[in-house]
Formats: sequence, structure tokens, C-alpha cells
Amino acid sequence: MNNNSANVLEVEDLGVSFDGFKAVDGFNFYLAQNHVHVIIGPNGAGKTTVLDLICGKTLATTGSIKFKGKELRGSREYRIVRAGIGRKFQNPSIYENLTVFENLELSHPTGRGVLGCLMFRRTAGIKKQCDDVAVQIGLSDRLDTEAGILSHGQKQWLEIGMLLMQDPEIIMLDEPVAGMSVRERTQTAMLIRQISKDRSVIVIEHDMEFVREIADRVTVMHMGKILAEGSMDIVSQDPKVIEVYIGH
Amino acid sequence: MPLLFRTLFKTRGEAIAFGGFLLLLVVILPLALPVFRLNLVGKYLTFGFVAIGLVLLWGRCGILSLGQGVFFGLGGYCMAMFLKLEASDPVTTAIQSTPGIPDFMDWNQITKLPLLWEPFKSLPFTIFAIFVVPAVVAFIIGWAMFRRRVGGVYFAIITQSIALIFALGIDGNQGFTGGRNGITDLRTLCGWDIRSENAQYILYFLCVVLLFTVALGAKYIINTRLGRVLVAIRDREDRVRFSGYDVAMIRAFIFAFAAMISGLGGALFVLQVGFMSPSIIGIVPSIEMVIFTAVGGRLSVLGAILGCLIVNFGKTTFSEAYPDLWLYLMGGTFISVVMFFPNGLAGLIEKIPTSRAKYLEVFNRVKKPSGLPTPTKATPITDEQ
Repeated sequence: MNNNSANVLEVEDLGVSFDGFKAVDGFNFYLAQNHVHVIIGPNGAGKTTVLDLICGKTLATTGSIKFKGKELRGSREYRIVRAGIGRKFQNPSIYENLTVFENLELSHPTGRGVLGCLMFRRTAGIKKQCDDVAVQIGLSDRLDTEAGILSHGQKQWLEIGMLLMQDPEIIMLDEPVAGMSVRERTQTAMLIRQISKDRSVIVIEHDMEFVREIADRVTVMHMGKILAEGSMDIVSQDPKVIEVYIGH
Repeated sequence: MPLLFRTLFKTRGEAIAFGGFLLLLVVILPLALPVFRLNLVGKYLTFGFVAIGLVLLWGRCGILSLGQGVFFGLGGYCMAMFLKLEASDPVTTAIQSTPGIPDFMDWNQITKLPLLWEPFKSLPFTIFAIFVVPAVVAFIIGWAMFRRRVGGVYFAIITQSIALIFALGIDGNQGFTGGRNGITDLRTLCGWDIRSENAQYILYFLCVVLLFTVALGAKYIINTRLGRVLVAIRDREDRVRFSGYDVAMIRAFIFAFAAMISGLGGALFVLQVGFMSPSIIGIVPSIEMVIFTAVGGRLSVLGAILGCLIVNFGKTTFSEAYPDLWLYLMGGTFISVVMFFPNGLAGLIEKIPTSRAKYLEVFNRVKKPSGLPTPTKATPITDEQ
């Protein structure tokens, strides 16, 4: 598995310490193409920090992060995004004063420099892409709605849609179904299965039912380290995992 | 052309307001006011350049700079240096111990024109410098700070310190800069007497034309993708960064752009008022410029210009009558604007038509409740297939 060329992302010996406290330590992680890989673990296990390290929000102290063989550690956030890694935040992070359409359009990768922004024109192709993504996330009849008045679940979907506009090879979702109704969860699970057809997805999640529904592979974290890894069935029967997490 | 028009003005009301304001400045005021008062209006309008920059920088992008006077001053000093050199020809300054250099240098026992002054003998270079010097200085300051994620209150404090340092630096180098007195006694621009009544009319109109060109440019930026990105940075910085934008570069650019137009304002100030001094560019004037923008409306280009006119008229009128009370009045105005109508006068004016639109919207929503998005009745994600 370790040297499999089908891995889009290879994280090795990743670690970060904040004033001596090792939030993440010796973390190894291999993300296969078109897989949904879920990271679970109790609060404070370092799950969100791992995402922060991969996307460059936090700088790692040790280790390497290779995306398709290219080292990403130390790159600026926008370069990592442009390389093809998109990230969704835990709380829906959208532009509340703009419409759903404008939210999607602003995430389109053409013209992200200063000059590009000034010359940007809404072409038929860009418009079509926004429409297509809106259909995918179930907001096609809300295109002209101000994003701030969407429901919580719709905001989460909109942010996923904004990532889809960038067409990244890896999408990282931090607790995408937190605060959603049962029905919205089912819909989100379907959406994640659907988007993972053309790309790899990393998900952080607490809800075990939801994890079982979407995960191809599961990594369990505890106190900054990996406790277990494998399919959901194997992991959920691991006695160590039951002790620290599922058993609670 | 219609496309450009639609990019500049989102509603017909905006276009009408713009045209009306232009009419006021170009036709009504010149006919109604004596040249002395008109010259004062021209002086106030030069602060409008700074205010437009603050609309982009503060209103749209959320960066509060308390040091815009520095860039106003840089542009102004570039212009003043050129005019001073022209006023200091060897014939006029024959009584000095070193003829041909500005009088204040002579008083400070300087016998040779400093190297920094040399290029300002050329008008093309001076015009180039008026635009480029403030922009480059701002870009370097902005890049250094935004790259390190300095923002908010810290940015405001640092820019304020820069304003203080700049004013003190000019003050302390009397031989090179004219010191506290500033650069005074400016008379002609390439032989054309800028103090004559005729010249004051022409300079006023030049100022109005350039101000509206800059205002249109700012409106263009606001209504392109760059304008939307600025607002997005103000509201959700991280999301913009993780959509692949270089936030530090965009901020540094808008800071440099605001500085460039402030510099142009400073140059026009010098042409109309006839002198430049550190008292116009330090901390107090820099904060005053923020107040003009806040009162007029920090989101609106026209509002900011209006703010400059109204506050300055108030300043002239009240400070003549109650010089001690004026500062309290101005401080009070600023606080009440921030507390009660944060979008300033322009925000109040815009509210009038939209309250009607809001009413209609609510009315329509009540009529057809299906339009209400509720968390329990979310749109199904896959039902479309």
C-alpha cells in the first residue's frame, strides 16, 4: 500500500507541536484515488489539525506531505489550493451577502490574480458550470437567493459546491453533517459518494452511522497518533478503538 | 458601451445621483460661489481622492488605514518640490548666498541642491513620481504587513505610527524639506501663474474632472470580480484564501491603488492651495480623512466625496464661530455615525428606496410561503435526477 502509485496523497511522519504540546505526532496517511477516507477520533485527537497541516493553514514541524509525488509542506495556502486540494471548514464558510450563484462564480478558478479579477467576464461556460454544480448540490432553484438566508444544511452543501467549482483532485470535508437533520445526512452521504467518483475525499466525522455509509477506509486517531486503520468493519472491532472511542 | 455603463452603474438611481452630483460641481457651484469659496471647495475635493481610496480599502476590503495622509503628502510634496524649484530661479533668488536653490535651504546653510531634488526639475518626472512614489511605498508597506497577516487594529496602529514618523521626519529635516513651515510661496506652473483667478477656475475644473475619473475607476473596480473578492476578503478571509486567491497580494494592490489616488489628491491640493506642510499629512489629518469617509458613507464612492464636502464646510463654518467646540463636535459626529448609521449619509439615502423593496419582498413572501427556505423543508439533493 505504501508505495502504491495510485495514491494521490502520501503523508509521512507528519507532526506539529504547539509550545511543546504534540498535537499531531508521527502521522502516516495514504489517500487512494477516488476513495472516501474518513478520519475519526475523540475530541482533541488532532483530526482538524491534520487537515490544517495538509492545506497549509498550520505549518508542520516534521514530516512530508506529497501530492502526486510533489512536496507540499511549506507551500502557501493558495498554491496548495491551485495544485488541486480543496478544503471545507467545520462551520459553513460562505459569503453570506452574495447570492448562491455569485458564491459559486467567485470560486471558479479563472482569474484569481489581481489582473484576472479585473478582466473577469461571465462567460457561457462559467455560467453553465455554476448551473451544473447547483443541480448537483440541490440548490438550482436558489441561485438568486442571498446565501445568508439558506438553511444550515444548504449552507454546508453550498460550500461543498464552491469546492466542486474548483474541480480539485482532493476534497477535504471537516464534519460535513454536523447539525444536519437525518434526511439531510442521507442526502449528504449520497452527494459524497457521487463526488468521489472523479476525485478523492477526506472526511472528518463523529457520526458512526454516517461513516459506515460513506467510508472506503477509516483512520482512527487518538491523542495526535494513529490508533487503527482499515475498513470500517475491521476498525470498529478493534479492541483499542472500542476502548477509547466507540465504547464511550 | 452599454456593457461598460452597466458595469459602472448597477441601478438607474446610481447613474442619476452621479450625474446630479457632477452637475452640482461643474455648473451650479461655479455659478453660485465667488472664486475664493470655489477654491475652498476644490481644496475639500482633493480630500475626496483619499476618501475614495478609503472606500475601497476600508469600506470594501475592511482594512482601516489611519495613515492615508502619508500618501496624500507624498503626492503633494512631489508637486510642491517641482513648483518650488520653478519659483527659485537664480534671478528671483539673487539675494541669497546661494542663488538658484529654494529659500529655506539657503536659510539652513545648504549650498547645493540635494540629489533627491534634482529630478524634480522635470515636469514629466514629477507627474510620474506623483503616481508612482505613493503607490510603491504603499505596496512595500502593505506587502510586508499583509504577508505576515497583520490586520485589523494592528494595521491601523502601524499606519498611524507611519504617519507620525513621516510628519516628524519632514519636520526634523528642515534643510531638505522646509520643515514645519513646509514648502511655501509656490507661484507658477511652467510659467503659468497658479494664483490668478483664471487659474483657480481651471484648476478647480481639472480637480473635478480627475476626481470623477477616479470615482468611475473605483466604481468599475467595485463592480468587477475584484470588488466582489474585496468584500469576500472582508467577510470571509479564510474562504477566499482556500478558494485559491492570494489574499496578501490583493490587499497590497488595493492599498497601493488607494495610495496612488491619494497622492494625486495631494498634488491637486498643492496646486490649488499653493503650499504643502507636515500639518496636512500627520496623524490628525489622516484621522480626519477617515471621518470624512465614515460620515459620507464608507461603502459609497459618491457618499465619501459628499462626506468630504459636508464635514469640511462644517469645519470652516463652525470653527470660525466656535474654535474650541469644533473638535468635540467632530468627534461626536464620528462616534454617532459609527454607532447609529455605520454606512453614513449614503447608507441613509439608499435606505429610502430599499425599505419599499423590502416591504414588497416580505409581502410577496407572505403570499407564497413556499418561497421561504426553512431548515426542516430543505431542497432534496438528489430528487432532480
